[in-house]
Amino acid sequence: MDVKSYPSNAQNSNLAFPGQIHQTPGGGILTSKLDDVINWARSNSLWPLVFGTSCCAIEMMSTASAKYDWSRFGFEVARASPRQADVIIIAGTIVNKMAPVLKRLYDQMGDPKYVIAMGACATSGGPFFYNTYSVVKGADHVIPVDVYIAGCPPRPEALLHALITLQEKIKSGATREQIKIDGTKI
Amino acid sequence: MYKQQTLSFKLKTLNSKLLSLSNEELKQELLNLHPSLIFEEGGDWMNMFIDPLEWLSFAKQLRAKENLFFDYLFCLTCVDWKTHLTMVYHLSSLRYHHNIVVKSKLNRENAQIETVCRIWKTAEFHEREVFELFGVNFLNHPDLRLLILPEGWEGKFPLRKDFEDPVNMIKL
Repeated sequence: MDVKSYPSNAQNSNLAFPGQIHQTPGGGILTSKLDDVINWARSNSLWPLVFGTSCCAIEMMSTASAKYDWSRFGFEVARASPRQADVIIIAGTIVNKMAPVLKRLYDQMGDPKYVIAMGACATSGGPFFYNTYSVVKGADHVIPVDVYIAGCPPRPEALLHALITLQEKIKSGATREQIKIDGTKI
Repeated sequence: MYKQQTLSFKLKTLNSKLLSLSNEELKQELLNLHPSLIFEEGGDWMNMFIDPLEWLSFAKQLRAKENLFFDYLFCLTCVDWKTHLTMVYHLSSLRYHHNIVVKSKLNRENAQIETVCRIWKTAEFHEREVFELFGVNFLNHPDLRLLILPEGWEGKFPLRKDFEDPVNMIKL
């Protein structure tokens, strides 16, 4: 039987449907692992939570709107409820007063859930690292983060890149959430 | 009907323009009201210093006097200069479109000034903010307590230059 891996370009193997096509007369049979198919499906339907605390949120809204249109990559609908969201983009400064709210939102999201820290504030406190009494020095002090984006604020392209990076991470099964579910991976 | 309205609006604007004072006239008018005002030159706005004890009566006149008519307090804040605190009031007149900035130096150890929230209602929250961040005591304020800071911040004044917080603050 003629077996070929799909797709033929191995460099792109993370981006396409996982599996192998076995050519047979009158069509073909595709074989794959269920885990891979689930990861593929999950990575292409990431619903972000409506969450923004400062100027990064403006860039996030821009990324969602017509010009950059993150729906093209499967970040279809921003959900106003954490119970319906898969990914939280921490778009902005997290202050001490906001930290418990962020933690609660994260806890309310259903598994599997992913976190993107967008911009300098969410990554490290950024411009508010020194001499501030109120800012959390990095959102990862509050909740675990999968992908960090540099910039102040990052451009929409950078956010798209982070979202696509997150997709690749999910497809390879390397997000914190997936490692937690299946202790043997990576 | 619409034409009439536009016309009356135009007349009103024209009227207020004719009645409004030039900067020099405004300055003279304020000096007549209060000869001890000290004007500060060089800024974009018309700046003046007043003694904190005289501030309330001056503010009442600014609001009430027909040709001044400062009906809009659009900014109220405080600055810590290490040696003293300075209260800053930005005032505007929606009728005449003139603006002034009134400043008042306060003692750092015993910072207190009369509230103006009975003249400009908006001052009530602004003064609460200045109270929690700088520790200025607004005399006769109806509800002087923390505005945004959570419980436990009483008496700490995080926007003062000598504020220390070894837990949350990384000093540079």
